[in-house]
Amino acid sequence: MKKTHIIILVSIAALIVTLIVFSAGDFSTYESISSAQKKQGKYVHLIAKLDKTMPVEYDAVNNPNYLSFYAVDSLGGKTKVIFHNSKPTDLEKSERIVMKGSMKGDHFECKDILLKCPSKYKDDKKELEKTVTDQQNSTN
Amino acid sequence: MQFEGEHLLPGRIGHFFVLLAFVASIISTIAYFIAARKTDLVEKRSWLNFARIAFTTQLVSAVIIFIAIFYICANHYFEYMYAYKHASKELEPKYLLACIWEGQEGSFLLWAIWHSILGIFIIFRSKEWEAPVMTVISLAQFFLLMMLLGFYVGDVRLGSNPFTLTRNEITGPIFSQPNYLTFIKDGVGLNVLLRNYWMVIHPPVLFLGFAATIIPFAYAYAGIQTKRFGDWVTPALPWALFSACVLGVGIMMGGKWAYESLSFGGYWAWDPVENASLVPWMILIAGLHTMVIFKATGHSLKASYLFAFLSFIFILYSTFLTRTGVLGDTSVHAFTDAGKAINIMILLFVAAFTLPALGLLISNLKKIPTIQKEETTNSREFWMFIGSLVFFLAAIFIIAKTSVPVYNKILGTKIAQPEDVEFSYNKVIVLVAIIIGLLSAVTQYFKYKKTEPGSILKKLAVPTVIAAIITVLLAVFYPLTYYKMGAGFLGAVYVALFATIYAVIANGMYIWTGLNGKLKAAGGSVAHLGFALMIAGILISSSNKNIISSSSANGINLQISGKDPLTKQTDNPLENLTLIRDVPATMGPYEVTYLRDSFGNEKGRRFYELLFQRKEAGTKKVLEQFTLWPDVYIMKDNNMSSNPDTKTYLTKDVFTFISYAINNDVPEDTTQFSIKEMAEGDTAFYSNGIIILNSVVKNPVNEKYNFKPTDAALMADLTLISKDSLHYKAMPLIQVDGMGVNQVDDTVYAQNMYVKFAGVTDGRKVKIGIKESDKLIQYVTLKAYVFPYINLVWLGLIIMALGLIMSAVKRAKLSTFYAALALLLGAAGLFYMFLFAN
Repeated sequence: MKKTHIIILVSIAALIVTLIVFSAGDFSTYESISSAQKKQGKYVHLIAKLDKTMPVEYDAVNNPNYLSFYAVDSLGGKTKVIFHNSKPTDLEKSERIVMKGSMKGDHFECKDILLKCPSKYKDDKKELEKTVTDQQNSTN
Repeated sequence: MQFEGEHLLPGRIGHFFVLLAFVASIISTIAYFIAARKTDLVEKRSWLNFARIAFTTQLVSAVIIFIAIFYICANHYFEYMYAYKHASKELEPKYLLACIWEGQEGSFLLWAIWHSILGIFIIFRSKEWEAPVMTVISLAQFFLLMMLLGFYVGDVRLGSNPFTLTRNEITGPIFSQPNYLTFIKDGVGLNVLLRNYWMVIHPPVLFLGFAATIIPFAYAYAGIQTKRFGDWVTPALPWALFSACVLGVGIMMGGKWAYESLSFGGYWAWDPVENASLVPWMILIAGLHTMVIFKATGHSLKASYLFAFLSFIFILYSTFLTRTGVLGDTSVHAFTDAGKAINIMILLFVAAFTLPALGLLISNLKKIPTIQKEETTNSREFWMFIGSLVFFLAAIFIIAKTSVPVYNKILGTKIAQPEDVEFSYNKVIVLVAIIIGLLSAVTQYFKYKKTEPGSILKKLAVPTVIAAIITVLLAVFYPLTYYKMGAGFLGAVYVALFATIYAVIANGMYIWTGLNGKLKAAGGSVAHLGFALMIAGILISSSNKNIISSSSANGINLQISGKDPLTKQTDNPLENLTLIRDVPATMGPYEVTYLRDSFGNEKGRRFYELLFQRKEAGTKKVLEQFTLWPDVYIMKDNNMSSNPDTKTYLTKDVFTFISYAINNDVPEDTTQFSIKEMAEGDTAFYSNGIIILNSVVKNPVNEKYNFKPTDAALMADLTLISKDSLHYKAMPLIQVDGMGVNQVDDTVYAQNMYVKFAGVTDGRKVKIGIKESDKLIQYVTLKAYVFPYINLVWLGLIIMALGLIMSAVKRAKLSTFYAALALLLGAAGLFYMFLFAN
């Protein structure tokens, strides 16, 4: 066997080991609200929606780093969410919220929020149809 | 029904040329494929001519399609879906191009046009390689143009035609009226996030980089197809260098864009979209090193094949990742799930290049010549190969991690990215940076084949010592403060910093000690120097990035997360700070005051004037001050999009963006003024302190007013002292002129107070009206960072790109004139784009 072959094999082995060792405990999982509630403190990803029947609390003057709201998921789970950061402005408009963080007792301690908003999806036909209809109504 | 006011001609022309281009790409693929296989020269010539005509037709058609789309968008023909979706009347003309490549169709078209233009160069310059190389490029054109077809097979639509009509695409009651166009007042327009200088120039450069990677791939294919297994490397190498340069610049343009106009707070976030274009570049870099090895020694040919194939394959794979919506929830970039048909087409595109290329490589593996005698560890080729391998494996590591959503789709698992995504990459990549830094410092000092170890050590001694000294000096006088991840990682960052500084010094010195100052041959050294400088800049600016708006710096301390292992200080992630108008707040070394806001030219755009002052500690003397104008677009439904503003110094950037703003128009206020009667020297109370009437001034001349002695104006000079014993001045005024009585109220934002000069009583007292209202508070919430030495990143990138151009023109054997021209244009463009624009 040639030296290069040995090196290639060793480095590929090293890569695999690195990947496993460095990343084994690293990856998180997608959970539903109820399954996350059973895994208190574990870092998970939640996909949910804003519960529009409950108030969104954010007062930038008193504390710009405190946002709380309620989220519901498609399985009917519901939780309070606390996010220590500024309020993403299109929160109310979002269709879907991906939240990263962990359950702490009664609430979800959120570290990062990703919003999926209909306005960002220009290919969403429904949104375009709504815009067209709005324009017509404003003309009439 | 006959619709009124539609302009259908440009769409018909455009659609005709879509079909023509598509058919021409099929013909040129077939004709080139046959031409490549003909041995009879006359027949070969006639097939070649046929193929060239088809390819040129296809180029001309693509350009006409582009012009047609441009025309439709520029004239706001909203009867076309493309114009309706991407253009709008208020859009400034400079963004017209941007709205073309905002859409899926437009960006595929851009890519196809670059392929065509590069193809023309191949036709003119590549001589006997033309037929097989152009077969590959034409096939790629076939797939790209298919994306624009909008052709129905049964119920499934293949691709999406950029010339479809709005009324055919979406349903709405208005489309049943012949004059529907009069109701469509405006298009949806370019996403406000994309209204930016970089959106105009970044996609063309990036797509040129994408397009250029097909050429090494095509040459590698040509090598196997013609059975001239080693000959393709020489003509392919300058193209590989060109494409590495353009793609590299394109990727970092994306970084600069993210840095200065998106509010991610950095230039690199290991976002899937960024990774997807970085990985092909890294493989390309690995490939061009193995190609250089092959040219010098005959080693590493198989690796060159593999890397040349894989870099374009990963371009296709990244297209798949970013365009099919498979990344879904993992990226900050907004993706469209464009529908099943287009997903399948992109998958076909990927498969049509991946399977034959790898199949051909495997079936011909035995025939590819290799050198039996292996490299010695004292040779340059040995260490270059190790470097390429490490680079390649790092690329595989990145793409393997990025592809997690794909595994989830296939296996039905629910794996998500880890808590700290950036760190999960950084901790591996920092090791790669160390290895690559050391290798690129040392390797050039080896000679090909065999070197005497003694001579290397002698030549390397000086740069090693210099680099070590610089690193130690940095550690003492400008230490890295990235304690967050623990001592081990900080140590690794220091080692990487040494390795990159070492590479900068060693490559710089090699130009003189190894090449005797022959700059023509120094492309490699210059590129390595630039790359290492860029990495050093990344290490320094990321490690010492300082969030000056964090609340811990402002006395509000909320305990949330754990303690820092090194500093034993509480790690505080609270990065937002609310500034109340006219109330200074401390941010790092600065005292920052939100002075006012104003509207921009565009609808809904609002600028905030922030005054930054650095004061001397004791005397409060202002040492330096500057104003930043971050802005937001406030759209309907209170949506907001934020554009940062940056104060750039040579050694650091102060960067700030608005993280939260509400509509600041003062709403209807029902609170009444309460009137206090005061004589000079009197004191009155308000909810948060006392008001003193210092004096009543007739016809005042001061910083606020300028009256003549003949006017009839009275000003109350008031001082407010709040409970926390801060003093504020207020100067309401009353004036009588020919028009009647005129009152000028004053506002003390810090105390939520309006002050009014309401009149004069009989007993030489004045009536002062006070209104306190919390609706008065104007505030804005922002984040601010200091990025030190970020200019090293951009400077390093420019030097690397210039080094790659130097190598490319040397390998392509361009005449001195063209070489100088290419360098000059490249340098001017890069310096302008990265350091002077804005």
